[in-house]
Amino acid sequence: MQRSFISRNPSVLVFIALLALFTIVVSALSEGFGVDLISTSMVKTLGKTLCLCLIAIAMDLVWGYCGILSLGHFAFFGLGGYMIGMWLMYERTKEIVVSAAANAALPPTPEEIREGIGTQIFGVVGGSEIPPVWMFADSLGLQLLLVVTVPGLLALVFGWLAFRSRVTGVYLSILTQAMTLALSLYLFQNDSGLRGNNGLSGLQNLPGASDIPQSVMSVWFLWASALALGLGYLLAAWMVGGKFGSVVRGIRDDEARVRFLGYNVEGYKLVIFTVTAVIAAIAGALYYPQAGIINPAEIAPIASIYLAVWVAIGGRGRLYGAVIGAAFVSLVSTWFTGGQAPDVPLGFYTIKWVDWWLILLGLSFVAVTLFAPKGIGGLVDLFTERRSPMRHGADLGPDKGALREKEANE
Amino acid sequence: MSTLLEVSGISVTFDGFKAINNLSFQIGSAEMRAIIGPNGAGKTTFMDIVTGKTRPDEGRVIWGEKSENLLKLNESQIARKGIGRKFQRPTVFEDQSVFENLLMALKKSRSPFDVLFYRRSDEDRDRVEALASEIGLHSELQRKSGELAHGQKQWLEIGMLLAQEPRLLLVDEPAAGMSPAEREHTTALLVEAAKTRAVVVVEHDMEFVRRLNCKVTVFHEGSVLAEGSLDHVTADQEVIDVYLGR
Repeated sequence: MQRSFISRNPSVLVFIALLALFTIVVSALSEGFGVDLISTSMVKTLGKTLCLCLIAIAMDLVWGYCGILSLGHFAFFGLGGYMIGMWLMYERTKEIVVSAAANAALPPTPEEIREGIGTQIFGVVGGSEIPPVWMFADSLGLQLLLVVTVPGLLALVFGWLAFRSRVTGVYLSILTQAMTLALSLYLFQNDSGLRGNNGLSGLQNLPGASDIPQSVMSVWFLWASALALGLGYLLAAWMVGGKFGSVVRGIRDDEARVRFLGYNVEGYKLVIFTVTAVIAAIAGALYYPQAGIINPAEIAPIASIYLAVWVAIGGRGRLYGAVIGAAFVSLVSTWFTGGQAPDVPLGFYTIKWVDWWLILLGLSFVAVTLFAPKGIGGLVDLFTERRSPMRHGADLGPDKGALREKEANE
Repeated sequence: MSTLLEVSGISVTFDGFKAINNLSFQIGSAEMRAIIGPNGAGKTTFMDIVTGKTRPDEGRVIWGEKSENLLKLNESQIARKGIGRKFQRPTVFEDQSVFENLLMALKKSRSPFDVLFYRRSDEDRDRVEALASEIGLHSELQRKSGELAHGQKQWLEIGMLLAQEPRLLLVDEPAAGMSPAEREHTTALLVEAAKTRAVVVVEHDMEFVRRLNCKVTVFHEGSVLAEGSLDHVTADQEVIDVYLGR
């Protein structure tokens, strides 16, 4: 008899309960549904943070559990955002064009509407033609399908090529970073068909829902993000909880050994890489309607590096660690860079946190890596009394991504 | 007795150094064989070639009744054909419990999706427990394998090999760093395994080889120098000159 899923993964229950509590409290204090203690922009920030937690789970799966330090997952996140953004922008512009034409003497032909949309969206990059990539932009269903399939296929093809040639460790990280940079540079071009460096904007306005105030909409998106995060956590816990998780952790610690057991290591890596890319894309598709705007700078490699920093600070190799890291660091970062943190006058120099925040983040990253490899998530061990095994300084496996001695638990 | 593995005329060169030089070797389907030889004789490289880690420059490696060419397969495919390997230093998954290590090795479908939807049956649990008893680790099942003593890790690795139910076991220095009592247990495990399958043991320790009581192949400079019973090869003047005499 196998024990039930929950009893093997007590953190799942705690996590779902806390997430539900958080969502209820925020809703009750929100402007749209409650007593108006939390501003709409704050609700949006919290909703976005939940999406970042979801992509952090994806990163933890691929890096913390499988040992692949991918610096490309924000590319999948961004692609997901672009895919949903195309529908939002197209349909919204269509509404505007149609309502503007309503006063004209003659009702507009479909061609005129299309032309109007083209001018509205692409005027900014000097065009009026709607490029072929916008082919399905008028269909929510198809565009939602693309949210999953475009990043999924990119990850599948990229992963297949990279893993097949047995590129591992830092070389694989560089390769994923190159992919991210290439994608971002491509999107920066005006003729990429996605409005170049202007990106897509006005995504906070849902087509056909102009009567619904943003204060209500923001809470809806918070619920959707919380739901996605909860499901993502469940999926991830289920994937790493059983034998599949054993194999994946084996790959992280000693890839060659897993191969000699008869497991096709490349196939497993490909599954993990693709599944996490899809999770990242879904997170992105929920994030950008709350952010309102997406542009290629969001896809730049630096974003993916931040992601790795979040997971490291939160504690890799444990799902709640990734969530804590993403939530903590991104919220603190919002606080510091939003100018809310008080300046520190030193007399001869005033520390402005907007400038110094990155340095503080960098220092904390180094400090966590050196002194507390378990990250913030490791604090949980103080309550559950998990201890690191005494291994006389030996790491858990010969591979580059292997857990270090101090990260492990008994 | 039918031939299970036939290696013929393989050679491999690393940066001009001929690690294996026109080596031929064969083993039957239920046979114990010890390979001895001085350092650099090509014992480990030989295992690397059979398990697909290293590709030979020339020669053939033929497997089983259907005479399949192993050189066309990769490591995991060869492992699934039924060749298990134990490394010189114990390599178990230290972050995982003894149970998880054995369960992972258990002969089952290896495809990612089958493994993802795998549900442990009572039968599998019993099989893991039986294996653990056989290797003397039943009371350690829930412990992280990283905490085991060196000898216990060696046994766990042998247990993982047995769990794979291979037709050929390649075992590299199983007794290294073991106490006399532990060696005896290891010998018993290997002798038992060789009743139903082929076992190739690479070992330096002559006492250990003697206890295995099997045919011995002596490697020297990448080829076979002598083959026969231990008494036969130790009486061979060439073997004495290159190996035992030193």
